[in-house]
Amino acid sequence: MTDRALVVVRAGALTTVQDRGRPGYAHLGVPRSGALDPPAAELVNRLAGNPPDAAVLETTLSGCALRPRSAVTVAVGGAPCRVSVDGRPAAWAAPVRVPAGALLDVGPAVRGVRSYVAVSGGFAVDPVLGSRSTDLLSGLGPDPLTDGTVLPLGPEPDPVTAYPRVDVAPQPCPPDELVLRVTLGPRDDWFTAEAVRAFTTRAYRVSAAGNRIGLRTEGVALERARPGELPSEGMVLGAVQVPPDGRPVVFLADHPTTGGYPVIGVVRTADLPAAAQAVPGTPVRFVAVRRR
Amino acid sequence: MRALPVGDDALLIDVASGQDAEALHAELVRRRAEGLLSVREIVPAARTVLLDGLSDPGRLAAELTAADVPPAPARARDAVEIPVRYDGPDLAEVAAHWGVSPREAARIHAATEFRVAFCGFAPGFGYLTGLPSRYDVPRRATPRTAVPAGSVALAGPYTGVYPRSSPGGWQLIGTTDTVLWDHTRVPAALLAPGTRVRFVPEGRVGAV
Repeated sequence: MTDRALVVVRAGALTTVQDRGRPGYAHLGVPRSGALDPPAAELVNRLAGNPPDAAVLETTLSGCALRPRSAVTVAVGGAPCRVSVDGRPAAWAAPVRVPAGALLDVGPAVRGVRSYVAVSGGFAVDPVLGSRSTDLLSGLGPDPLTDGTVLPLGPEPDPVTAYPRVDVAPQPCPPDELVLRVTLGPRDDWFTAEAVRAFTTRAYRVSAAGNRIGLRTEGVALERARPGELPSEGMVLGAVQVPPDGRPVVFLADHPTTGGYPVIGVVRTADLPAAAQAVPGTPVRFVAVRRR
Repeated sequence: MRALPVGDDALLIDVASGQDAEALHAELVRRRAEGLLSVREIVPAARTVLLDGLSDPGRLAAELTAADVPPAPARARDAVEIPVRYDGPDLAEVAAHWGVSPREAARIHAATEFRVAFCGFAPGFGYLTGLPSRYDVPRRATPRTAVPAGSVALAGPYTGVYPRSSPGGWQLIGTTDTVLWDHTRVPAALLAPGTRVRFVPEGRVGAV
């Protein structure tokens, strides 16, 4: 029996295993999945001495608590939160040594939505199509954590050959206002000129109904210039789809690979990590930019 | 053919028909296999092909709209055979829509050579074309909350097989035990865009 494992003591509202996802299978209907805030996931891996693509945990608002069976180095980043080991405060966004059997508590997000937890060796659940990510749209990868789940860990990184570790790292603050740069199209011509103007000038808010599939917004409904249905077409990460209620939805990592609602614009990939950390109620502005 | 830019590194190629989309998809897959095209995803759909992860979408857009696309190759490899029992709860309704008996509807379906036009909805779910347009059927007015895995179903111009149990609004005409998706298998998906498919009747047609 190996002790390279940890027990989930408190799973939190929604905690999943994530890595860089499984791009390259969209033609089979497989979403890309992966961490919603990839820079945060890479950073906690660096802090824990892991390669940047090792599997980490992604929490949602309420954190989680874990008990490793052997001594490990952990790092918590992304959404700021309190971290403790056996009740004693520990550092956030820095490497923390957790003894075997000790309780690591990752508190609720103080700001932002998703905290990331890297453990030295990475989470060694079985990969599906090359990725350990949980895909909530199609159910690929491990199930979301539940209390009592035992997660296997990879071998402790060899200090000689391990990735160079960093001891502390600055991280962007979750946004008070989410500014999303968008390039218009491919289906902006399905909307009235007034709707396109409203989309890029009016204030929206992050809706509580969002998830790993999409960031939903509330605000002025965007009116279509033409009736009818668009035949299903391929969708990209960051696509802003407008369902019949007229409220823009920004597609995140678990988005469907094809869709039938028109895409008015596409958010720059670099702006999506902030979108993943925007709490419900955060003001959103879509700013039209020219294609690079 | 129109090439619509999508974000900074993708193109949506809009074509006139499903057949054109299949031909363009086959051509793009061929170019990638020959090292002439560097792209992360090639996603065919009903009337479009999406190219995602391009380094220079503008140049490719100009090149593609200037190029002639040969028709999709007819016989790339043998057809996948899917044994089916034509016992679906909507077979009679589909047959009535076609103006034939359930037995004849099953015969028509089994005599058709299908091709996977594109995938979507769920991993391993293929949209199969091949039935003449006079056999198009509407979706059910009220979708079912749970369609069993292995259901062979029709909607619009398409036939599909549910890889796993899920909600669905397609008309169920039959059942298969064939596993459409198994992530431990290589390839995981039995049906990929361009795959030819035949349904082979098993047992008594119309048996319930």
